[in-house]
Amino acid sequence: MHIWSIGILVLCLNQSNICKIMSNKENWGSRVGLVLAMAGNAVGLGNFLRFPVQAVQNGGGAFIIPYLVCFLLMGIPLLFVEWSMGRFGGRHGHHSTPFILDSMDKRAFWKYIGVFGIFTNLTVAAYYCYLESWTLSYAYHSVSGSFMGQTQEQITSFFGNYVSLHDGYEPIAIWLICLLLNTWILSKGLSGGVEKVAKIGMPLLIIFGIFLAYKGITLKAGVNGAINDGIVGLNYLWTPNFDSIWQPKVWLAAAGQIFFTLSVGMGSIQCYASYVKSKDDIALNSMSAGWMNEFVEVVLGSAIIIPISIGYLGIDKVSELVKSGGLGLGFKTLPYLFTQWGSTLSAISGFMWFGLLFFAGITSSLAMGTPCMGFLMDEFKWKRSNAAWTFGLAILILGLPTVLFFNHGVFDEYDYWAGTVSLVVFALAEIILFSWVFGMEKGWNEINRGADIVVPTIFKFITKYITPLILGWVFFASLPDIFEKISNKAIIEQIANTTDANLINELNSQMLYLNGSRILLLLIFAGISYLVFIAYKKRQKHGRFTS
Amino acid sequence: MNSSALTMLLVSEITITLFTCYFFYKVLTVPKKKEPDSYSDN
Repeated sequence: MHIWSIGILVLCLNQSNICKIMSNKENWGSRVGLVLAMAGNAVGLGNFLRFPVQAVQNGGGAFIIPYLVCFLLMGIPLLFVEWSMGRFGGRHGHHSTPFILDSMDKRAFWKYIGVFGIFTNLTVAAYYCYLESWTLSYAYHSVSGSFMGQTQEQITSFFGNYVSLHDGYEPIAIWLICLLLNTWILSKGLSGGVEKVAKIGMPLLIIFGIFLAYKGITLKAGVNGAINDGIVGLNYLWTPNFDSIWQPKVWLAAAGQIFFTLSVGMGSIQCYASYVKSKDDIALNSMSAGWMNEFVEVVLGSAIIIPISIGYLGIDKVSELVKSGGLGLGFKTLPYLFTQWGSTLSAISGFMWFGLLFFAGITSSLAMGTPCMGFLMDEFKWKRSNAAWTFGLAILILGLPTVLFFNHGVFDEYDYWAGTVSLVVFALAEIILFSWVFGMEKGWNEINRGADIVVPTIFKFITKYITPLILGWVFFASLPDIFEKISNKAIIEQIANTTDANLINELNSQMLYLNGSRILLLLIFAGISYLVFIAYKKRQKHGRFTS
Repeated sequence: MNSSALTMLLVSEITITLFTCYFFYKVLTVPKKKEPDSYSDN
């Protein structure tokens, strides 16, 4: 009986599956799959909604100069560093940043700095999945024709009602579907889940993007209610104001955009790269994924929302709208403008636009799940599916405040602390660790190990001196804003300047929600740090490698 | 479209597209390394 059982088991599982179960190791299916998954991690909603607005607000076409300079001096070095760190950690059996950083230097505090690489992914995923669910819902409403015949005001109020849960619980239902979808894909593993989605999602995203960019650029004034040619929008976005490049705020905006578009400082790149073997290339892979993200952002991202919006609304109106950010243009304005193209083309375009945003979102949110799962699988020997469903449950609980209290600013608060400040702090720490503590000589060897391209030697100098300086500048330049946020300066000033009792109550209530969010985020960070401490003790007890 | 906007657009987009295509082409065509490598399908 015993022999039969073993025989059946051997027949059912091939050698690689047995190895995976025993060691909880994942694999990438193919190199193209890895590059597309990494590019998908980087390509997010910001490529289409944030970049064009940043360009318009910071010198138009001239913005591309500081933007590309920051890409060369900060983006590319950080990509090399994070891919190298990940592959180096993976060689020692680590797939999340606490112990990847721990393997690079013997001082104990690095593993707690590495907590950022789990904290950021967990908390950003908590609110990002909600944003992702809007795209799913809007794609459905576009196809079902909900927006046809509505005025722009009605479509704008649809968004307001949606996020305030005014019209029922559809947002919560779609959010739950989105969470389940993410969790289910993650439970299928890297090659069986994440990579398959990237291989389908990225090409579709590019095809949808090319279609919409073509429609945007070829708009003709006088046709379907357009008042300007699409080219007017491109002209508006790309006309350079060269005076702007002497302003520090424009460089800060460019550095910030590069930072967020590449998803550096999160810990997800390290996690994906930790499944690459040490003899395999990371230099070419990182360049391919990074430049693919730039293509989607600059070439496609600049040719959709601004040209279409200006085509129908004119320059003055769009100049006003960009002040409220790309989210408003993407969700409040574009669905209305698509309805001008007739019911069929409106449904197709709406589906493509929100489908494109959905694929951009889901390939990023999946990347946020893998470091958390890697940590649980490495340190607590959890099975992949258990780790995935635990991650799903965690983002359900942590995401609930952003869904229920969206109008109280909880969503934005998560975004600021987890999706902005944490990234800068972690990136600054990791570049110092890599270049100065681990050592640039060893680091340079890591970058070049198995490389399929020759990395220009100048990047050794840039990575050691220039990138830390830029990151330090971004961090210190952000400090006044961070202190203003912590002290609730804007809300306190608003309270001081009004005598309206209702408004004062409302602002006091908002302050309570914001402070509560910050305490919750701190508790999450402390909780993850405690788990890292337990994992460290377990490693010591079992005599596993640690510093 | 004015000439300065057109110049910025063309220079930026052509440069980025060329780099993107070049690196992705290299990923597709570089000879595979000996097994065992990082990829289960190779």
